[in-house]
Amino acid sequence: MDPIYLAGVNDPATYINWGWLSISVPNLIVILIMIVLFALAILLPFPKGRDRS
Amino acid sequence: MTADSPNPAVEPDNVQAVVDSPADVDTGSSVGLDPTVDPDPGIDPSSSMWTSRLRRAWMSKLPPDELLPDRQPAYVASWIYVFGVLTLAAFLVILVTGLVLAFAGPAWYHTSSPGLFTNSLHFWSVQLFFVFMVVHLWGKFWMAAWRGRRAMTWITGVVAFLASIGTAFTGYLVQTNFDSQWISFEAKDGLNAVGIGAFFNVANLGQMLLLHACLLPLVVGVIAVWHVLLVRSRGVVPPIDTVDTEFSVTPADGASATEVRP
Amino acid sequence: MTTRTADRAPAAKRADIASREWKGPWRRYDIVKEGVIALVVVSILTVLLAGLFSSPDEPPLTFQGWATSAPDNFYATAVQELAGTSTSAGYGPPYNTAADGISVGPLAPQQRFGVTHPVDAANDFVITPLRSQLQSADVTDALATWDSASSDQQTAWATDYDTALTDADGDATKVADGDYGPVPVLAQGLTDMASAGALDGILMSQGVFYQTDFTKQILFLGDGSYLDDAATAAHLQGNTWGMMNETGSYPGQAWLWLYSFWYQIPQFNSDNPDDYLTSHADAIIFYIMAVLSLVLLLLPFIPGLRSIPRWIPIHRLIWRDFYRTQPKS
Ligand code: HEM
Repeated sequence: MDPIYLAGVNDPATYINWGWLSISVPNLIVILIMIVLFALAILLPFPKGRDRS
Repeated sequence: MTADSPNPAVEPDNVQAVVDSPADVDTGSSVGLDPTVDPDPGIDPSSSMWTSRLRRAWMSKLPPDELLPDRQPAYVASWIYVFGVLTLAAFLVILVTGLVLAFAGPAWYHTSSPGLFTNSLHFWSVQLFFVFMVVHLWGKFWMAAWRGRRAMTWITGVVAFLASIGTAFTGYLVQTNFDSQWISFEAKDGLNAVGIGAFFNVANLGQMLLLHACLLPLVVGVIAVWHVLLVRSRGVVPPIDTVDTEFSVTPADGASATEVRP
Repeated sequence: MTTRTADRAPAAKRADIASREWKGPWRRYDIVKEGVIALVVVSILTVLLAGLFSSPDEPPLTFQGWATSAPDNFYATAVQELAGTSTSAGYGPPYNTAADGISVGPLAPQQRFGVTHPVDAANDFVITPLRSQLQSADVTDALATWDSASSDQQTAWATDYDTALTDADGDATKVADGDYGPVPVLAQGLTDMASAGALDGILMSQGVFYQTDFTKQILFLGDGSYLDDAATAAHLQGNTWGMMNETGSYPGQAWLWLYSFWYQIPQFNSDNPDDYLTSHADAIIFYIMAVLSLVLLLLPFIPGLRSIPRWIPIHRLIWRDFYRTQPKS
């Protein structure tokens, strides 16, 4: 019944703390993915289409 | 083919002949005699009929080559433009997987592995949807994409974002698992404190289920369609600090040029 | 420089470029193909993620689970419901009139909208469920005693017992002698019912055939420590940014980060529950978020904020080809 779990996906997540601020690693990963996607979207060259005046 | 053929209508090739036959269609004999019947009124470009007006309004706001253009201004050349479409695509995947879940009912996925897999598809398409939407939002912010009568595009975008958050929130409440119990217990206090809890009861599964599976997706869908039609009708916003001279459009020297107001 | 430079063009015309039809160069762009590819890519990504990671699904807690794994806590909570000292018994609107609810300055919507989902903790959580089942003789007698007493008497028994039980650290065997009327027997009767699994079903039906409203169950469940402990174990508490967390190692509602962020600030989360910001956090944070949402909505009209993209020129990167290839005027 279980699909191909990556190990430990049902154990509680790890938390990162800075003083009173804390965040779960999976949430941090999602936020980092958004930032990376944004950076890539802006930096990667877009395929050239045929120009037309 | 003659008019007294026993059953001419069964031969599709002969339909025209049947219509042309005076014995079957009496308008044929009245052409030219009855002045109130116009054999081919055609399209009157200035007609005041409601239908004509609606068509003209539509055509002037969103003609087919603006609705489905096969070209874009040369400055539309960045991956950031793909994120609106990705958001839309993720929304479609959410709708399809959600329809399957809705059909089977909320308890299905606790007890069957196809159910759990469908729920996983729904869960991850929602995560993708928000990732794409947030990148899209950031992109539109840094492009100041509300310029030039595009404020409504921005506003419908923000409303779609807020409505999506409401949809996701009710989705977490109808999981009917421990997470739902905890979220409804916690969230009730915030909603009660501002009076919303009087009408929107997070512990009422029936209410949450109907909002999540029916009303809210409809709201997000309608607003998203409106949003995209606005983009099509306004065209993609030109780069900041661009001016047009008589013959061409060029970047301007620094800050002297366009303001970022809508 | 030609005669018509950008600098000399009338300001109104320059400002208006974005709202006029584009007169510059074009490129081929197949939006339908783009959309189809996007749909295929997103579908594949979704299937991959679902296949690899599945999705979180912790089974719901039950009253049976509570009463069997933490019988003392369940018993003490039942006493609090009778005494009116539980959180839900003293909640106020929209459940009852035991309190006024939160108001901030002149804003008192909680009180304004009144009781829309009535919950009578003692009767709904304890007395009615006990009465819905055939009980042993001592519970039947206790119910009869409870019913024939005045409400003052009922409250006196229950609050005295609640206090004594708290003094005995929740251990019913160590409670000091006193006049607690039928309260200990009622609480024990409910605990027995719950551990047998009967309470889940009875709270569910609540005397009607069709039922989709779980307000009473959620409130009762939250009055004890069982739900809270489970949430703490799963890192779902507010002070750990709980609103955007998820059970297991899954991402949660990351889009709620700003909403949950406020709850992490010590002033909204202080150890002294009487601190103004902490006791009013639910309302104040909601209002803050409402204002911030409005700011986002109306951003194009807010001077200063809307100019940030001008000042931090990320757009120069996005449109770098255009700025490079189009000659400056
Ligand atoms: C349901 C969520 C959304 C969907 C499906 C969606 C879809 C789209 C699509 C397909 C486009 C055109 C392609 C592109 O430029 O990416 C677009 C443009 C745009 N979107 Fe969204 N969007 C959503 C949410 C948002 C949000 C949250 C914002 C900002 C707050 C936003 C602001 C804009 C703006 C300003 C444009 C016009 C860009 C221009 O004229 O160049 N959208 N959107």
